[in-house]
Amino acid sequence: MRTGKHKTVYFDNAASSWPKPERVYRAMDACMRNAGGNPGRSGHRLSLQAARIIFETRESLAELFGVADSSRIILTSNATESLNLAIKGILKTGDHVITTGFEHNSVMRPLRFLEKESKLSLSCIGPSHKEPLDLPLLEKAITAKTKLIVSMHGSNVSGDIFPIAQIAGIAKRHGIVFLVDASQTAGSLPIDLTKLGVDLCAFTGHKALLGPQGTGGLYIREGIVLRALKQGGTGSRSESEEHPEFLPDKYESGTPNTVGIAGLGAGVKYILSTGVRNIGEKKAWLRAYLIKKLQDIDGMRIYGNPASAGLAVVSFTVPEVNSSTIARNLSDKYSIMTRPGLHCAPLAHRTIRTFPEGTLRISLGIFNTTREINYFIRCLKNTIKQAE
Amino acid sequence: MSEKHNQASRIITFPSIHDALKAEKHCRKAGFKVKLIPVPRHISSNCGMALECLNRDIEEIMRGIRHAELVIDSLHSY
Ligand SMILES: Cc1ncc(COP(=O)(O)O)c(C=O)c1O
Repeated sequence: MRTGKHKTVYFDNAASSWPKPERVYRAMDACMRNAGGNPGRSGHRLSLQAARIIFETRESLAELFGVADSSRIILTSNATESLNLAIKGILKTGDHVITTGFEHNSVMRPLRFLEKESKLSLSCIGPSHKEPLDLPLLEKAITAKTKLIVSMHGSNVSGDIFPIAQIAGIAKRHGIVFLVDASQTAGSLPIDLTKLGVDLCAFTGHKALLGPQGTGGLYIREGIVLRALKQGGTGSRSESEEHPEFLPDKYESGTPNTVGIAGLGAGVKYILSTGVRNIGEKKAWLRAYLIKKLQDIDGMRIYGNPASAGLAVVSFTVPEVNSSTIARNLSDKYSIMTRPGLHCAPLAHRTIRTFPEGTLRISLGIFNTTREINYFIRCLKNTIKQAE
Repeated sequence: MSEKHNQASRIITFPSIHDALKAEKHCRKAGFKVKLIPVPRHISSNCGMALECLNRDIEEIMRGIRHAELVIDSLHSY
């Protein structure tokens, strides 16, 4: 895509992926034109068509996440709603919660909100010498009151990957519910929720799942019962004024974002046909290429562990030049989209000691190329030189 | 379905549209001729769609549904 002089280089896929696979645009257009009924409510053809689209999306998500019963995948409007449903739906007054030092505000704010209302106590576990999470410390923090452990799967700031399989093991041994925030990893890394033994997993539709904004979901393991955030129309049990208890209806009420869900379904189908492993490998390769090029720049400080496996999310700072100045220059002069600052994760920046200035974040998607990375590096060097 | 609204068909109702679509997918995969229809008015139901199946298939279909642990509400004759 061209805007003005330069082709747009989009390096902000951790905020929202762009562009989407062609079939995502087509699915949304077709949904709006041909399946405009209220899903499952009315019984006519257009209503059934809309319900089918939602069903197919749910089935595709279940396939991607290794979930046998797709009714355990609740569709929401984003990861934030999913995390609120999970956190507020499971916790009761007096509970203790353990989380990491890297969480996004969509985890931290609901937790801090409940903490402020004196409903819970909270322990945040920081990194160890080498790893983003000190696992032994996490296990030591468990008390008789610990009800929930929340961990992200991948950091939106450093790209670090968290040991969710090990945490799931610890949670299981202690009979604690484990909630994963897979916002950054769903669609980028293979995730088998059944094998992992995760209880709750929140994801968003508009990042690596390649769907549109306003889509997301929450996986709820069989046996886990949450208090729903809302009640309302479902198209089922219409004779009753009480909200149904069966899934997915229990946690989904009101007319959903069918057009968005159509796009999400197309995004997930694209991932299933390309193979999430192939996508992950391509991104890992791009990440390694980017890091190598960045490391050649004088004074460059890269966060996270560049040598370990990580997401294609790379944060860095250069001495004496503010990240927002660089980002603005890259966008205005060179049409390169990056994200400066705190990335909605002040805790993570405190943990890596970049608070309050933050970092400049480059987050790559499946459609990025090494050529774009080369161009970016040239423009970054120019920008730094001019600022000095 | 050729035996439309005919004695030879049976109707399965479901708690939710999700369960109805799941059962439809399951039956089609197994090679049965089924159709999702609006729940006939004389059958009280929860979800607005029901699965119409051929009478001759119903035992096998119900066995498959039990085996796959799919959720249904009830079974009716037309
Ligand atoms: C780690 C993490 N969690 C949660 C979210 C929230 O996602 P959404 O804005 O789609 O609710 C994001 C992205 O913004 C994220 O990076």
